[in-house]
Amino acid sequence: MKIVVLVKQVPDSGAERNLRAEDNTVDRASANNVINEMDEYALEEALRIQEAHGGSTVTVLTMGPERATESIRKALSMGPDGAVHVLDDALSGTDALGTSKVLAAALKRLEPDLVLCGAESTDARGQVLPHMLAERLGVAALTGARKLTVDGSQLTIERQTEEGYEVVTAATPAIVSVWDTINEPRYPSFKGIMAAKKKPVETLTLADLGVSADEAGWAGALTTVASHAKRPPRSAGVKVTDDGEGGTKLVEFLVSEKFV
Amino acid sequence: MAEVLVVVEASGGTVKKVSLEMLTMARALGTPSAVVFGDAAGLADKLGEFGAEKVYVASGDDVESYLVAPKATVLAQLVKDVQPAAVLLGSTQEGKEIAGRLAVKLDNGVLTDVSALEPDGTATQVIFAGSAIVKSKILGGIPIVTVRPNSLTPVAAPVTPAVSNLDVAVGDADRLAKVVERVAEAKGARPELTEASIVVSGGRGVGSAENFKLVEELADLLGAAVGASRAATDSGFYPHAFQVGQTGKTVSPQLYVALGISGAIQHRAGMQTSKTIVAVNKDAEAPIFELADFGVVGDLFQVVPQAAEEIRKRK
Ligand SMILES: Cc1cc2nc3c(=O)[nH]c(=O)nc-3n(C[C@H](O)[C@H](O)[C@H](O)COP(=O)(O)OP(=O)(O)OC[C@H]3O[C@@H](n4cnc5c(N)ncnc54)[C@H](O)[C@@H]3O)c2cc1C
Repeated sequence: MKIVVLVKQVPDSGAERNLRAEDNTVDRASANNVINEMDEYALEEALRIQEAHGGSTVTVLTMGPERATESIRKALSMGPDGAVHVLDDALSGTDALGTSKVLAAALKRLEPDLVLCGAESTDARGQVLPHMLAERLGVAALTGARKLTVDGSQLTIERQTEEGYEVVTAATPAIVSVWDTINEPRYPSFKGIMAAKKKPVETLTLADLGVSADEAGWAGALTTVASHAKRPPRSAGVKVTDDGEGGTKLVEFLVSEKFV
Repeated sequence: MAEVLVVVEASGGTVKKVSLEMLTMARALGTPSAVVFGDAAGLADKLGEFGAEKVYVASGDDVESYLVAPKATVLAQLVKDVQPAAVLLGSTQEGKEIAGRLAVKLDNGVLTDVSALEPDGTATQVIFAGSAIVKSKILGGIPIVTVRPNSLTPVAAPVTPAVSNLDVAVGDADRLAKVVERVAEAKGARPELTEASIVVSGGRGVGSAENFKLVEELADLLGAAVGASRAATDSGFYPHAFQVGQTGKTVSPQLYVALGISGAIQHRAGMQTSKTIVAVNKDAEAPIFELADFGVVGDLFQVVPQAAEEIRKRK
């Protein structure tokens, strides 16, 4: 089985993140840039499928600036065979719809049986990409999986819903997006880190993919961020130390705010 | 005025609050029309009460037995037919997924997690763990947006809706992901997490699944939903479905009570926009106190039972 894992580099969700004053895009220069956490679960799932099904390959696919190379190497150190990096100055400013166009073009070229990705990225949190790709490629999308079973070309996922959960099936080729409940990603071993340095990373431009520059980037974007502002930080209110009456005081506060 | 399509979220034969919020939002943009996927029986009255002049219904096996693709196909056809001023969907997994497909079908931009939408199409989004507000816009095309629950207060504006059935004409490409089983898990009588006006959450400090009864007890006394931090769900204290935060649910209630939660940035991502925040934590330096309107530094096993007792007394 040929597996492609989509990996996005994002600013660390555990640190302060900012937008740039000049163009309202994510400030990546000042951020600690990491692999989108959810994508690590997709990588892990891909590697487990590879281990269980002989003859499978796992390729990482990333679209992003030069600096995304660090995340590609980090992903490769977990064990995938190689990576494809869509890298083009004209990609700057690409929105979700444009991203799906570019990645769909790359996936057409790679012809995977299975595409795995995180259910959402920690910076945009859109959850739109897997279905956008499926729509463009005419393949199934099984999204938000907390469990994935592969039986030949038959895929079955379990996904959490508001009511409980549902079981959904599809045949390959398909896209499966995963939540962090699906597995526990491995840490790269020292051997893995050394091996990653020598693994092939193919770089593709928009021209290589047959996508014209005005379909991506700022030129192709159908959404724009007009302005941004820091949300005023919440200010701390009253803090009392429990002296045996903490619970009562808490309720008094709730009463004063009419919650009780 | 042009129609504004509102894709209805319903559960167990009741319209979810976010749908009423969207109808309220839609009235400022045009004439609201509700779109119901599945059984509309019992929903139309409620939708009319909040201003839906029309209710479009698409039901049958094709829409109900596959993941979102057929819904997006039906919706895209409806958009072509009625040329709406905007399409509003809930910012839920399904709402976002339908929106994504619709955007590709119509080659139209899409904005998710929108908390306000101006008549000129300017959308407000709160991003980065609640630390920044952006104003975004869809260029050309119509606003296709998913609306974050609890962003506004639903206001009734009763009309008698005209209900009509939509043709469901979908192709094989829409029938690739088949739902073979739906398992309902007992939810009890508590309000739904994302829609609740009060949420009481427990973290690692709660210590065990057994101890979560304390959290539930306080929640029930307040008529609240129960939430949990990731440390609590990962430790198996409480089901993942109730996780609040970056990789869980985003809640925006009137009151959020955090019990034994440190207030990590990823947790804050899911609750920072709550109107009032109350915290109980034994560590006076816990970051959760930086955002709490009222904080008690103390042992939750002392403070929470006492608070519960006090509420009972006052009732
Ligand atoms: C990409 C990513 C996504 C994440 N997504 C989420 C998410 O969606 N939601 C989320 O919550 N976290 C998320 N996290 C994890 C987050 O970083 C924290 O690890 C987590 O929120 C900690 O949960 P906690 O506050 O319950 O536990 P801790 O940080 O361990 O805090 C426990 C608190 O309980 C207090 N305490 C202990 N005993 C008592 C007692 N008897 N009485 C009173 N107080 C007590 C302690 O003082 C402490 O402050 C994410 C992390 C990453 C990297």
